[in-house]
Amino acid sequence: MDEVTVQEISETKNHSPNQAVETAKLGIWCFLATEVLLFGALFTAYTIFRVSDPRMFLTEHLKLNRIFGAVNTIVLICSSLSVALGIAAIRQGKQRMLRICLILTLVLAATFLGVKYAEYSEHIARGELPGTNNFFSLYYMMTGLHAIHVCGGMAALGTMLVMAYRGKFSAEYNTPVEITGLYWHFVDLVWIYLFPLLYLIG
Amino acid sequence: MRDATAHTATDDRGYLTEKGFWSWAATLDHKRIGVMYFYTTFLFFLVGGLLALVVRLELMTPGPSLISDHAYDVLFTMHGNMMIFLFIIPAIPSALGNFFIPMMVGARDVAFPRLNLAGYWIFVAGVIVVMASLVQPMDTGWTFYTPYSAKTGAAVTTISFGIFLVGMSSIVTGLNFIVTIHRLRAPGLTWFRLPLFIWAMYATSIIQVLATPVVGVTFLLLAAERLLGVGFFDPAKGGDPLLFQHFFWFYSHPVVYVMILPAMGIITEIIPVFSRKPIFGYKAIAFSSLAIAFIGFLVWGHHMFVSGMSNTASVIFSFLTFFVAVPTGIKVFNWIATLYKGAIFLASPMIYALTFIFLFIIGGLTGPFLGALATNVPLHDTYFLVAHFHYTIMGGTVMGYFAGLYYWFPKMTGRMVNEKVAKIAWAFIFVGFNITFFTMFILGLMGMPRRYAEYLPQQQGLNILATVGSWILAVGVLIMVVNFIRDLFHGVQAPSNPWYSQTLEWQTTSPPATENFEEIPVVTKWPYSYGKREKDER
Repeated sequence: MDEVTVQEISETKNHSPNQAVETAKLGIWCFLATEVLLFGALFTAYTIFRVSDPRMFLTEHLKLNRIFGAVNTIVLICSSLSVALGIAAIRQGKQRMLRICLILTLVLAATFLGVKYAEYSEHIARGELPGTNNFFSLYYMMTGLHAIHVCGGMAALGTMLVMAYRGKFSAEYNTPVEITGLYWHFVDLVWIYLFPLLYLIG
Repeated sequence: MRDATAHTATDDRGYLTEKGFWSWAATLDHKRIGVMYFYTTFLFFLVGGLLALVVRLELMTPGPSLISDHAYDVLFTMHGNMMIFLFIIPAIPSALGNFFIPMMVGARDVAFPRLNLAGYWIFVAGVIVVMASLVQPMDTGWTFYTPYSAKTGAAVTTISFGIFLVGMSSIVTGLNFIVTIHRLRAPGLTWFRLPLFIWAMYATSIIQVLATPVVGVTFLLLAAERLLGVGFFDPAKGGDPLLFQHFFWFYSHPVVYVMILPAMGIITEIIPVFSRKPIFGYKAIAFSSLAIAFIGFLVWGHHMFVSGMSNTASVIFSFLTFFVAVPTGIKVFNWIATLYKGAIFLASPMIYALTFIFLFIIGGLTGPFLGALATNVPLHDTYFLVAHFHYTIMGGTVMGYFAGLYYWFPKMTGRMVNEKVAKIAWAFIFVGFNITFFTMFILGLMGMPRRYAEYLPQQQGLNILATVGSWILAVGVLIMVVNFIRDLFHGVQAPSNPWYSQTLEWQTTSPPATENFEEIPVVTKWPYSYGKREKDER
């Protein structure tokens, strides 16, 4: 078997620029797997502490502001939508639309952090600190780690915006936007789990 | 650097041609990054080794002699931390993996070269932070167990942050390798034509990507406990110190496979080359790497048999611990079957490979003593465990690493190693290692606990023996290092393929050019067709 079959070559085709998208996507999916495990440890801690003391969780969670939580959920879902619209736009080569969508996403992300800031201030004013009890420990650690990820996402989105203004993206080349979008969806998804687990305990 | 004209016939230094600080510090070349990782990690192998020598020196006498008890705690803690986090975890993947994975899959670089460079500098940042913690050095043991680590005055927060950074570098490296192996294989290089080192590194990378974030968040929680008063691990606040142990070992057990799997990969490359026989049981070895990675995730509880766990959990963890030995056994049998009736050539890489098999069998077979529930109780936290661990990690991983260094030294530097001196160094290392650590099995069975600065007077004889062994070992390492440095400058010029190996990294110049291959090779067969029947197995 001296000749390489066409199938074998196609199985290992690489090094060509149009394969770069797939490579980058595999990279971001691996990274997201890492992120899942990062949050996974906290979700494990949540499960253990909630099972060991369900009543404390029930009473303590009432101290969280559901309005703020719900608003932030809507804000983040909208930001996911705007990022998705941005990717759809640049795939059709609509550069201006991409810029608008990125700005909108950044504004929504900032809104989220603003609301989170108000929420934290409220708790701290009432003396509900990270060391108060395990519920608030979890609340601060989980939402705090998530907020750090929101900041990271904003940095990535900001970079995309600068690149978009410089006209780097087109219908042919938009991989970085897509990668950033995937990351941003992940950040939203974490919040989709955090909101019911922390704010809506039944 | 990427100028093709820079590599004419007169220029034989390949990727090493360019000189100057920035040509290294800002390089995107996976080979240079691998070399930088090598020097950084090897430095900590030497420093960690020196710390161990002082620890052994203190143990010459049963009572306090050389250093205070606190200094002793610091020394064994930093020995563990440096050896594990700064040397053994990054050593083979980040140094040899970076250098050889792209070459062995026939690529010009890793999938994300910039990320690779960032990973190196994140590692250096982590190293600096870990060093900064020496202002108030760690005294908790390398395991960071709460509640002590949450209360001690040592700089636990600082070192946690440092190790978090080192972990990030580890994740980035693993991620890069997974994508490289998936996406950048040369035409015709199908999965079952890959060198088995690549399979081992693939399994390693999966562990790095999936396990490291858990220890990262654990260290964050530990820091939060110290800084913010979070009480996850504090029973007074409704927390649970055992949770810390579970989190810690969820990473730190799989990570021993991050240490050993790449070494097994190296051995699998060396044995067929130096016995001129096709590797026996290719697929079994390939899949056993993945099996070790998978089962390795499910055995962490065996570190906690005496910490307090339900009997059901203990029995399951104990069973899985025995189970993970099966794929390891598969590898050992396949290596021996490859050696059988081979034309064995005892060059230094092969000597270290055989040493690996010998020492790793001892280390491996003493594992079930600790994994069995009944014998775990008396042996837990004794020198038996210390001996078992060093036989697997020093006798296994480090010997595998040395084997890889000797094997690939001609490719990395373009020079041959002085075989005679290499063998003298090996003799010292082998004898010293066994005197030091086999003694510890006996001390462990006598009940000598680990981590104590003092011990019973009747155990002094064996302790002196172990200490003397550590000197012989140190002399061996010193000879090896001097030999490497001498050969680096004055060694005989290496041909491109001194061992007549068939893997792709040898099918280019030594040292390789920056772009690795003039043309991306097209692969038509697997790389183990050694011996008379040069038939294509796949």
